[in-house]
Amino acid sequence: MELANILAIVDSAIRLSTPLLYAALAGLYSERSGIFDISLEGKMLLAAFASGVVAALSGSAVVGLLAGVMAAIGFSLVHGLASITYRGNQIVSGVALNFIAAGITVILGDAWFKQGGRTPQLDGAARFGDVVLPGAHALAPIPVIGPIYAEVISGQNVLVYVAFLMVPLTWWVLFRTRFGLRLRAVGENPAAVDTAGISVSWLRYRAVIICGVLTGLAGTYLAVAQAAGFNRDMTAGKGYIALAALIFAKWRPVPVMFACLLFGLLDAISIRIQGVSLPGVGEISVQFVQALPYVLTVVLLAGFVGKAIPPRAGGVPYVKER
Amino acid sequence: MSRPYAKLPAWIDFGLIPLLNLVIAFAVAGLVVLMVGESPIAAARLMLQGAFGYGEGFGFTLYYTTNFIFTGLAVAVAFHAGLFNIGGEGQAYVGGLGVGLVSLVLDRLVPWWVTLPFAILGGFLFGALWALIPAWLQARRGSHIVITTIMFNFIAASLMVYLLVGPLKPVGSMNPQSRTLEAGAQLPKLDGLFAAFGADLGGAPLNITLFLALIAAFLVWLLIFRTRLGYELRTLGFSPPAARYAGMSQTRLIVIAMTISGGLAGLMALNPVIGDQYRVQIDLAAGAGFVGIAVALMGRAHPAGIIPAALLFGVLYQGGAELAFEMPSISRDMIVIIQGLVILFAGALENMLRPAVGGAYRRLRLPATQTLPVEEAT
Repeated sequence: MELANILAIVDSAIRLSTPLLYAALAGLYSERSGIFDISLEGKMLLAAFASGVVAALSGSAVVGLLAGVMAAIGFSLVHGLASITYRGNQIVSGVALNFIAAGITVILGDAWFKQGGRTPQLDGAARFGDVVLPGAHALAPIPVIGPIYAEVISGQNVLVYVAFLMVPLTWWVLFRTRFGLRLRAVGENPAAVDTAGISVSWLRYRAVIICGVLTGLAGTYLAVAQAAGFNRDMTAGKGYIALAALIFAKWRPVPVMFACLLFGLLDAISIRIQGVSLPGVGEISVQFVQALPYVLTVVLLAGFVGKAIPPRAGGVPYVKER
Repeated sequence: MSRPYAKLPAWIDFGLIPLLNLVIAFAVAGLVVLMVGESPIAAARLMLQGAFGYGEGFGFTLYYTTNFIFTGLAVAVAFHAGLFNIGGEGQAYVGGLGVGLVSLVLDRLVPWWVTLPFAILGGFLFGALWALIPAWLQARRGSHIVITTIMFNFIAASLMVYLLVGPLKPVGSMNPQSRTLEAGAQLPKLDGLFAAFGADLGGAPLNITLFLALIAAFLVWLLIFRTRLGYELRTLGFSPPAARYAGMSQTRLIVIAMTISGGLAGLMALNPVIGDQYRVQIDLAAGAGFVGIAVALMGRAHPAGIIPAALLFGVLYQGGAELAFEMPSISRDMIVIIQGLVILFAGALENMLRPAVGGAYRRLRLPATQTLPVEEAT
């Protein structure tokens, strides 16, 4: 395979892994604090819708981003209310939010814009553009390094760079700040944190709010950066794949990035091999390719992950001593 | 705020609080209708009219109810064992394959009452198989059953599309569906029975699968509350360490619970495949697997609660179809919102009203002069 082909695949892998990365990091904060969150999918979808609508109405991508983040935070707070304050089942709450998001985006989108659940096409300032890094044109002629820099590293969307910057930032927050230490502690042993005089609820609420901000970014990326507007069910299971990436990476920020890149790469390859005839196998059916990321998720979770130990207090509501 | 929730009488716990939660869920759904720019009252009236107002509508309501009894029971059985089976949709879809394959073989050879037991077996086995893999992975490899069952929904969808545009499609046909099943795999409709009571079901597809669903509900009750296996399942769900100390095999129980759960979801496919459409087709489960989650939560995972909860969602489905026809701005997706709201308020936020309701109850019951401790923490 030629270099240009490989670079094109890597380039699209990076773009496809960006929403996964935002969502997986979002889940990382939430689950490290002891709140399981399978509503990443729903929050992304709602954020994509909110950002698509507001960007279309305001003509500004940044205003759209704010709307997307606010919408996702709203859902996060509902999830927090259910799982922190009212000590409900966190998985049930997540499932509920996913359904609500799936329904409400279509109903409202259809009622407001009458385009079968789509939001109006975005262009110009209503979308996040690509960033050309300095020197990309100058370096392009250099063999190997030049194309890599010009095609893959430069020329990505603003939100792609932000996503990858979130990885070291998350690492730093979790492992080098007092807040991060407490966040990790509250996911392992909330009673100890409570004994130290720190509010378990407030810590967990902050974690789910951060989760909302990041899923908001994920959804906004989908609707306002990668695509030009919201589409019905545009997350298509990405929230679940992000969750799988998070487990696969054992709830650690840097491995999360690699897991997301892996899933992004699989996605990019699966788009490419559609209709391609492989020797000995024949033409690969579209359905097989579509199912591939899900099958691989199951296989990865079952086989190669080693023992993934979730945060010990995850999924368990905290009851102060009686 | 952080006290454990006090114990309340059963009629409050299983009657009043779920009812209040349901009312809130519908109130929020009404707000969504307002945001769309329609009147919630008019929408509710259209829904009830569509579901109960005439014979055919009522027939459809019971037809959908049948689906939701099966999927609700499926989710409930897993719940009792402490497992969350979100894969009912995929299991029902693949169950449809089992029902379909059996029927495609038998429909020209034998009458329907010979086909039916084999179709039941086929649906149950295929649904069970689709749940078995996630169950085994959870029990032996520790992969989270919620995630694997979700993944299996996606995989089921791809698999079924592959089969329906390929091997199962009759030669020369353009539609992604199997050939139409003949009389040997067509279950009798219930319009004759209803006509005896003076009701006209019109073209409603209600068929004898309804009775199978009710029998299944009884059998599930028997299994969960009256057998040793059911006791073991509930023990595992209530306290895995207790089950382990009692010498129960966790792997065995997880696999059994999920097999039964998947099988019940698979049985749901009888209704569309040999009860209504007489073919295997794309998206034959039509969301019923997901509705099962809401039904099981609302029915508190008890068959006696699941049947009315299934009826409620049957009303919503049929009424929602009618509503989408009368108010084009409210499509069938409204049901998905209501489903989510019911899961949220009856499931995740079930404790929200408990302190207030409990407080009100105690204030009404205890005379103000009494100085008994107000909290009876358990």
